[in-house]
Amino acid sequence: MDFFHRFAVPHPNPAIYASMVAIGLTVIAIVAGLTYFKKWGYLWREWLTTVDHKRIGIMYLISALLMLFRGGADALMMRAQLAVPENTLLDAQHYNEIFTTHGVVMILFMAMPFIMALMNFVVPLQIGARDVAFPRLNALSFWLFFMGAMLFNISFVVGGSPDAGWTSYFPLAGNEFSQSVGTNYYMISIQIAGIGTLMTGINFMTTILKMRAPGMTLMKMPMFTWSALIANVIIVFAFPVLTVALAMGTMDRLFGTHFFTTNNGGMDMLWANLFWVWGHPEVYILILPAFGIYSEVISTFARRNLYGYKSMVASMVIISLLSFLVWAHHFFTMGQGAVANSIFSITTMAIAVPTGVKIFNWLFTLWKGKIEITTPMLYALLFIPLFTIGGVTGVMLGMSAADYQYHNTMFLVAHFHMVIIPGVVFAMLAGLTYYWPKMFGFMLNEKIGKLAAWIIAVSTLLAFMPMFFSGLDGQARRMYTYSEATGFGPWNMVALVGALGLAAGFVLIVYNIYYSTRYASRDISSDPWDARTLEWATHTPVPAYNFAVVPQVNSIEALWDAKKKGHVLFKGKYEKIHMPNSSGVPFIMGVIFFIWGFAFVFAIWPLVILSTIGIFACMAHRSFEKDHGHYISVEQIEEIEGTETKLRGAN
Amino acid sequence: MRSKKGILVSLLVGIPALLVSGCGNRLTVLDPKGPQAQTQADDIMLSIWIMSFIVIAVFALLVFMLLKYRASKQSKDYEPPHIEGNPIVEAICVGIPVLIVIFLSIVSVQSNNKVEATPQGYEGKAPLVIYASSSNWKWHFSYPEQGIETVNYLYIPTDRPLEFKLYSYGPITSFWIPQLGGQKYAMSDMVNTLHLAADVPGEYMGRNANFSGKGFAENTFDVEAMPQSKFDDWVKEVKATAQPLTKEKFDQLLEPGHLGKATFTGTHLDFSPPPTAENGGHNHGSSNSNEHSEHHNQ
Ligand code: HEM
Ligand SMILES: [Cu+2]
Ligand SMILES: [Cu+2]
Repeated sequence: MDFFHRFAVPHPNPAIYASMVAIGLTVIAIVAGLTYFKKWGYLWREWLTTVDHKRIGIMYLISALLMLFRGGADALMMRAQLAVPENTLLDAQHYNEIFTTHGVVMILFMAMPFIMALMNFVVPLQIGARDVAFPRLNALSFWLFFMGAMLFNISFVVGGSPDAGWTSYFPLAGNEFSQSVGTNYYMISIQIAGIGTLMTGINFMTTILKMRAPGMTLMKMPMFTWSALIANVIIVFAFPVLTVALAMGTMDRLFGTHFFTTNNGGMDMLWANLFWVWGHPEVYILILPAFGIYSEVISTFARRNLYGYKSMVASMVIISLLSFLVWAHHFFTMGQGAVANSIFSITTMAIAVPTGVKIFNWLFTLWKGKIEITTPMLYALLFIPLFTIGGVTGVMLGMSAADYQYHNTMFLVAHFHMVIIPGVVFAMLAGLTYYWPKMFGFMLNEKIGKLAAWIIAVSTLLAFMPMFFSGLDGQARRMYTYSEATGFGPWNMVALVGALGLAAGFVLIVYNIYYSTRYASRDISSDPWDARTLEWATHTPVPAYNFAVVPQVNSIEALWDAKKKGHVLFKGKYEKIHMPNSSGVPFIMGVIFFIWGFAFVFAIWPLVILSTIGIFACMAHRSFEKDHGHYISVEQIEEIEGTETKLRGAN
Repeated sequence: MRSKKGILVSLLVGIPALLVSGCGNRLTVLDPKGPQAQTQADDIMLSIWIMSFIVIAVFALLVFMLLKYRASKQSKDYEPPHIEGNPIVEAICVGIPVLIVIFLSIVSVQSNNKVEATPQGYEGKAPLVIYASSSNWKWHFSYPEQGIETVNYLYIPTDRPLEFKLYSYGPITSFWIPQLGGQKYAMSDMVNTLHLAADVPGEYMGRNANFSGKGFAENTFDVEAMPQSKFDDWVKEVKATAQPLTKEKFDQLLEPGHLGKATFTGTHLDFSPPPTAENGGHNHGSSNSNEHSEHHNQ
């Protein structure tokens, strides 16, 4: 009995039971559906074992959308709870669990995979490569991310959710003050997903540096690839810090070490430092690829080359360096003194300069252009003013003396949502709409798409602008309720309206996907947006090998110059193409990692040992495996290219 | 489409204006009652003005580009030119932000030194030292000079510098009285110093601003600032009427949970001293060497 007791939720309530039932029913429905339509084989062959970067990208995309709704449901519950003073919809414990899971899910299991989705799908196409450098590792990265996310998500039905905030500051997150297994879930699921991310970082860094098409020098790379390269360099430097911090935190919780406890020589501030040495660069890992997407979208629909390409690249390099020099702005109030605060204050504000350069470059890309407002462009245009508000409030937060008043208040919450939603979420929606035809062979409906974009933009303002005011009025973040006398009520009510608007906008996007899947024309060219870069130079849908002939590049906008100046992209004739084989090992290893993580969370040591052996067995299997991939013959290529050409016209 | 943009622009530009005018004065942080909070409020207002200028500049450029260069406004055969960049434009786009950041850095450094020192105008006076410690989910205030201790409320004299010594008997908390000055962390392995002062008598809200678990929302305290003579009367009254604080009583108070207000004679500093270097022993690079020695040798 005692054994099972540990798996029970420590603070159950009807919402959790309802979710248990919902999860159970969904799983049964999926299993039944797959069996009924005899799709197990298809699922296994085409998806679970795939090493194709495009499919992996799409799996990241689906996971990210799912997690957006999970995190969004949490956000709605928080906003509903705070909408009126002394609300009793949620109790303190439940609220704490919700903002913790909301933060973790949104940053690590929604925004990250969305970026990974676009990076996986686009980067190899944009650099004219057949695949990523290590296709099998790429599949493993995805499965580790996915299993980490799933492990985190089962926490609220098995054993209890973490409740110490997404920052998980010690000693609050230590055993003394967080007794449930929630924080174990936090430590271990992020660890598993984080290892996947680190491997992606290495993989894409290698891919971009080593696998570019002939002629594509570094300074001829499209901007999204540049942003992906820099984001991956940041990943490679930042994620090991997280790995170490989480390992130390896990040891504190499970093995009684005292790295972060405040007795026996532990240091709570060490956690804060390690967390933010990773945490601050992390936000640039998210925002830089988003900037890359905007650069592609804006220059495509302004029908002009990107203004200030070199300064765009330089500003990203500078941002990536500065991002490692500002972490202490997250704890100006920890008592580090005027000198340290001044240094971190200045480095923080300095980031505004390269960021400003990028904003002005986008604005000047519109200059003398021929602007066409499509859905992706609408997101990009709405991003500019909204992100500017988020950005300038960041400069305000950077003034450390003033930060003593903003720290831990709703002002901060407003700032980072105003940066991250227009910055990252809008970019993902823009990227989703922009690349959708390449991914799925039809366009999303423009009317519905634009309506959703407007609703989301206006709702973002409604949801987050009030928090600037309630923050300056003294509303601390993470308070599950407040009294009538504080006067925070009206601000929070407006914020609820905004949150509901956001929800409506996201539902509209899902409806758009449904609607367009049913009704959109399948007869689109491979380059429906009249775009400028290589990813649009191959067929839609993209064949497994991406390009039948490796393209020859001699400008930044290779496709555009091929279209306008008659550059020849594809010289030479078909040759057989070497491709990697599918493999079940990454998926199986992911599953074993899931079991390993679960066993760790509940300290079931025999199972930990068993699954550790399993992980090493998978690695051993890989080292002894003789797998040289396979070839696609010239005849096969001719057949694929021939039908494609007949069907859609050559490009 | 343009009217929607119009609404958006007026909304975005209107908001800082709204904040600054009329209702601005009522927002707690912008209604300072002491020199430290005043410095911070001044910085905040200054930065809001400068930042509004930037926001308006970006908006104006965006609206201009959209009005002038929409495809629908141009002839069908217009081909946008290829423009790589322009050194003068780029110098302006880098130069102005650099100047703004330099200006704000200077202001910020000056303010940092102000908020980390005895409040301006109070330099000559000996500070009143108050030890403010948190436990789940209460605040304990020890007045060593007066030899008294309170729980969940704070009486302070006006026109005297206050030196709060912050630490915690549990998770990290943050001591915050918005109208007197910004917050600082209270941690269990070190003592932080926060310099405040109240210019105006009155009642102010104080709270823990750093999430510390279940009882966090109610982790508040009342602050009352009063003239020195009234403060002295209060101390006398406490000495005459309150119970002494014993170790047993204090340990009982430390138990997790909420409490009303309480008042004691004596302080817990003797039998349950603040953290010393033995536990913490770390150094945050404080500029104030005085504070430093206190930090380690309390
Ligand atoms: C979709 C609309 C969203 C709404 C309405 C929303 C609302 C909120 C609210 C009410 C809080 C907690 C405030 C508090 O009690 O401290 C919060 C915290 C947070 N949100 Fe969101 N949010 C949204 C989207 C996002 C997105 C897209 C991200 C990131 C990609 C994000 C990241 C975070 C983080 C990191 C926290 C801090 C969690 C913590 O305090 O531990 N949110 N959000
Ligand atoms: Cu940061
Ligand atoms: Cu310390």
